Amino acid sequence: MVSRRLVIFGGVAAAGGLAVGYALMPFSTADRAKRMIAKEGTTPLSAWVRIGTDNSVTVIVPHSEMGQGVHTSMPMMLAEELDADWSLVRMEQAPADMAFANGSLAREYLRGDMSIPSWMSGTAEFGSRKIAEYMNLQITGGSTAVRMTGVRGMRIAGAAARWMLVKAAAAAWGVPESEVVAKQSKLTHASGKQATYGEMAAAAAAYDPPVDPPLKAKKDYTIVGQPIARFDIPGKVDGSAKFGIDTRLPNMSFACVAACPVFGGTLKSVDEKPALAMKGVKKVVKLPAAVAVVADNTWRAKEALAALQPEWNEGANANISQATIFAAKDAALKKGDLTEDHAVGNVDEALKGAKKVVEATYRVPFLAHATMEVMNCTAQFENGKLTIWGGFQDGLGAKARAAKAAGIAIDDVTLHHTSMGGGFGRRGYSLDYIDKAIGVARQVEGPVQVVFTREEDMTQDYYRHASMAKMRAALDDKGKVTAWLHTFTEKHDPPEALRVNYDFANQAARYASGTNPIPWGPWRSVDHTQQGFFIETFMDELAAAAGKDPFEFRRAHLERAPRHKAALELVAQMANWATPPEQGRARGIAIREAFGTIVAQVAEVSVGTDGRAHVHKVWSAVDPGEVINPATFTAQIQGGAIYGLTAALYGEITIDKGRVVQQNFPDYEMVRMAAAPEHEVRFIESGARTGGAGEPGTAPIAAAVGNAIFALTKKRIRELPYAKATLTAGTNAGVANG
Amino acid sequence: MITINVNGTPQQVEAEEGMPLLWVIRDVLNMTGTKYGCGVGSCGACTVLIDGAATRSCSFPVGLAANKNITTIEGLKSGDTLHKVQQAWIEAQAPQCGFCQSGQIMAAVALLSEKPQPTDADIDAAMTNICRCGAYTQIRAAIHAAAKV
Repeated sequence: MVSRRLVIFGGVAAAGGLAVGYALMPFSTADRAKRMIAKEGTTPLSAWVRIGTDNSVTVIVPHSEMGQGVHTSMPMMLAEELDADWSLVRMEQAPADMAFANGSLAREYLRGDMSIPSWMSGTAEFGSRKIAEYMNLQITGGSTAVRMTGVRGMRIAGAAARWMLVKAAAAAWGVPESEVVAKQSKLTHASGKQATYGEMAAAAAAYDPPVDPPLKAKKDYTIVGQPIARFDIPGKVDGSAKFGIDTRLPNMSFACVAACPVFGGTLKSVDEKPALAMKGVKKVVKLPAAVAVVADNTWRAKEALAALQPEWNEGANANISQATIFAAKDAALKKGDLTEDHAVGNVDEALKGAKKVVEATYRVPFLAHATMEVMNCTAQFENGKLTIWGGFQDGLGAKARAAKAAGIAIDDVTLHHTSMGGGFGRRGYSLDYIDKAIGVARQVEGPVQVVFTREEDMTQDYYRHASMAKMRAALDDKGKVTAWLHTFTEKHDPPEALRVNYDFANQAARYASGTNPIPWGPWRSVDHTQQGFFIETFMDELAAAAGKDPFEFRRAHLERAPRHKAALELVAQMANWATPPEQGRARGIAIREAFGTIVAQVAEVSVGTDGRAHVHKVWSAVDPGEVINPATFTAQIQGGAIYGLTAALYGEITIDKGRVVQQNFPDYEMVRMAAAPEHEVRFIESGARTGGAGEPGTAPIAAAVGNAIFALTKKRIRELPYAKATLTAGTNAGVANG
Repeated sequence: MITINVNGTPQQVEAEEGMPLLWVIRDVLNMTGTKYGCGVGSCGACTVLIDGAATRSCSFPVGLAANKNITTIEGLKSGDTLHKVQQAWIEAQAPQCGFCQSGQIMAAVALLSEKPQPTDADIDAAMTNICRCGAYTQIRAAIHAAAKV
């Protein structure tokens, strides 16, 4: 990494005005890039901001919008440093192109004390591309956009453009740069001279952008930190926003696809006649492990597909079931041949000598993503070239995958980004839907939209892995944890998910691998979804074993983690922790740090006459270092908690005979309006390095709810989802703690 | 040929009587604001108004819609003016990914026409659409705000 540096370049934009871009490149490539720009003059490698002669500011965003607000927060960060008039700012999504890869920024930013999640790296395969040493990423995942592109790229590009504009104005007016004021897209001087950014843009393009432009102090911010309205919202209230499934092209066909229901199986044979006899059906397409029907509308394709009875070679997984999978996990943990993730002190010795040892075993099931928009992709081959339309969390990765599936060069693929009806990890790494669309498009004239039915989407997902954990810890006479041993099955990402921020002198985490035979994919907050449940439920069990209040117990172990302690104290204050809630209710607490953001959560729960837990209210104290847009950040914390709450209360994908049992929403229940708690969010802007927004809210919720159930019923539920346990309605007076 | 009345315009469509209204709207009329979510009437992404009543169009045969007045999300505006529910949705910044929002808005329009001042319990009972992004707080706030207009 020492051989890389951030390069800023500027020039005249294609339509006049100023364009400024940046890239993180090796020294050798950077010089070449600068020479290229100098030579070609008008074509910066990748422009991140264009200032038009009409004074408009267009910010080019390399990330995908899926409701997290990134298409607004990125321009906010750039416009702040540019001192632009927000009403003149526009957003444009960057094309899926190497020049807009952000992987290098990500790696640079995370260097040192964090690592980039492995599922984010190497998703694209560019082979002999010009700058092949890059990590070819344009990923929107891992809550990275603001943390990396925003902090390392957008701010600097905005500041560089401002610096160039000031320089140009000073020269034009014959005054010192220090006397030029740049504000609200206007340059002014005390003498009365003034110009808009647009008027000065062409002159500014003549200057070399600074490598290290001065950045504004937070106290001077006028855009960042404001609840700015999102660019993407108007199109989402009048039906005009186009999602992948809304792609409509002349002469387009529609196809539905059914893959072998057993993971790893292949298509043996299929009698096409029943489908071909049906109205509107154009073709039956056989793929290696799936069959598709192409018709003149989606419904006819769906009905005709249902009329087929394909025969499958089910393969090695035909006999696996929920019971065999969990038996394998149990055996792997009992066998004890585990990989050590990290260790501090000597946990085995500390456990041996301990007076009081607490143990617990936890289980979590597989989970589907169930994005509201089912998987789909529209594809068209024409003259050996491929065009695809769809929603992708990683445009470059998707383009590379399409090139590979089509067996053509990446430059022969054109990708059109659409809005995404939910991502949550499903549309980043697991791109089977592209392969299937290409497989069908190859055999069809004109464009074809390949759509998964909801049933196909649910049974052909890449699932949050099922896992099991055995936790052991020792307590001393004073109620302090002296040893913490965390063993579990299946480690994915991010590595921090195993970290406990409590000051345990002896601790270790060890895991077994290879116990999940079905496809895996990152699922909102990835390993945090289950490690948060294991770690923070067990912490609650230790508090109970020590006879301590769960808040006080955690607090006593956070002496060396002041930010965590502050978040925990704030949430306790918000939830009025010391005062019992109304009768029949209790509260539970949990805290997790995920993707650089600390979230302390309290959930208030009752048990209904249906024997189920009802979550009435959630409080979150959130320390992300800094907040770019408080409105979208709040919505992300609330939405993230709902996503985790759905999983905690109801979520379970089960496997029988190698296939997924659940088919659609009635058997994969979701939190809806009536079950959605009130949720109060407050931020602590500690000034620590900027953390993510999209995933941290998901991490602590399962434990917070389970801990509240325990406080209310004295029943400790160690297996998710909670709906599987029948609870007795809490009749005791409201209790604030265990 | 079946004649249906969509957003005030009679449309002749070539479709089987049993074809769900959703697919006629999306794939025959190419009005894509109404969404497919589950196909079984559970999630509500396909909600339209039929003679003013919120209806899950994925489970409503087009044959039964003949000569009825169908309103989709595209038909809520009057000219360039947004419906008060759409306006409230923008002010509350309700959508996240946005995919479920056409259905949510149609359900809210139907609720407010029936109960102009809905309580939280009314909202819980009427708004059964799934929002996978979990934007329920903002949706609830938007409904209350629209009720005040």
